[in-house]
Amino acid sequence: MNIQYKIFSKGCLDVIPLLIPVVPFGIIFGVIGIESGLGSTVTFLMSIIIFAGSSQLAFAQLFTGEATTPVIVSSVAIVNSRHFLYSAVIAQYLTKVKLFWKIVLSYFLTDQAFIVSQKYFKQQPKNKDRHYHLLGSGFTLWFVWQLSTIAGIVLGEVIPKQLNLAFAVPLTFISLIIVDIKKIDHLIVAITSGVFAIIFFNLPLRTYIIVAAAAGILVAYGLSHTKLYRK
Amino acid sequence: MIWTTLILAGLVTFFTRFSMIALLKKDYFSPRVKIVLSYVPSAVFPAIIFPAVFLNSTGQLVFLDNPKVLAAMVAVLVGYLTESVIATILTGLGVLWLLIFFI
Repeated sequence: MNIQYKIFSKGCLDVIPLLIPVVPFGIIFGVIGIESGLGSTVTFLMSIIIFAGSSQLAFAQLFTGEATTPVIVSSVAIVNSRHFLYSAVIAQYLTKVKLFWKIVLSYFLTDQAFIVSQKYFKQQPKNKDRHYHLLGSGFTLWFVWQLSTIAGIVLGEVIPKQLNLAFAVPLTFISLIIVDIKKIDHLIVAITSGVFAIIFFNLPLRTYIIVAAAAGILVAYGLSHTKLYRK
Repeated sequence: MIWTTLILAGLVTFFTRFSMIALLKKDYFSPRVKIVLSYVPSAVFPAIIFPAVFLNSTGQLVFLDNPKVLAAMVAVLVGYLTESVIATILTGLGVLWLLIFFI
């Protein structure tokens, strides 16, 4: 077994524990995609084209609200802006790989793949083949995400609307920030954003997400100057 | 319209991931930018959570007589205690169903 394959497999294995929440999340997205009227083709292709769960859910949510293209695209951009951080951290480990690799690995740079592969990269400062780890973790996550989406699409076609499964959207987002908002600074940012979203909900074109996120980020910027910010 | 939106959203997402990998030789963001970016989920997700929980289908704010508020509160509590994504989602849905179908 060659070394690259070994590193690739390690990436695949390392990400497995983080897949447990990915499966229900993918199923929820599939169901919501169908319920929000995106249709099975768009729902399925969205998981391939965007491949970022929370922004896909935001997309579906805004689509039912009949938001316009600029609003949906900028909301997706805001939700995914955390990837800038991952990209900056991973960049220092990928300076020597070819452009093709950079493109492929960027596509696979999800929260979960970032978490496990960045850890591996740190432990392997001299390893020339370490990028195979990110290929393994990213690909495994990608594969499971597509399967879960398909499962959700199938379920979405049969689940009755009365079950209110759309409520799984806010619940999923709650579960994604619940650990962060145990910290008071994050809680302040979260409440700011939520209250702004309610106040500005009736702005035209569903722009409230952008307004609320901007308010939250401004408060975060302010907090980063205070003692409330802790590492 | 939907296809243009989808492809643009895909390109924008790819750009956020590729940006620094394409540009940088080293980790380049200032500590302050990193700190602010680390708040992004807390700053964005509540903008989706709050309206979905507190507003009814016509966009009116409803606190009482709104099963979603109680369901979300129980979900937050369970999430806080277990830190489990699955437990949080299932509890919230379970409480909502209980309130809608049985009470």
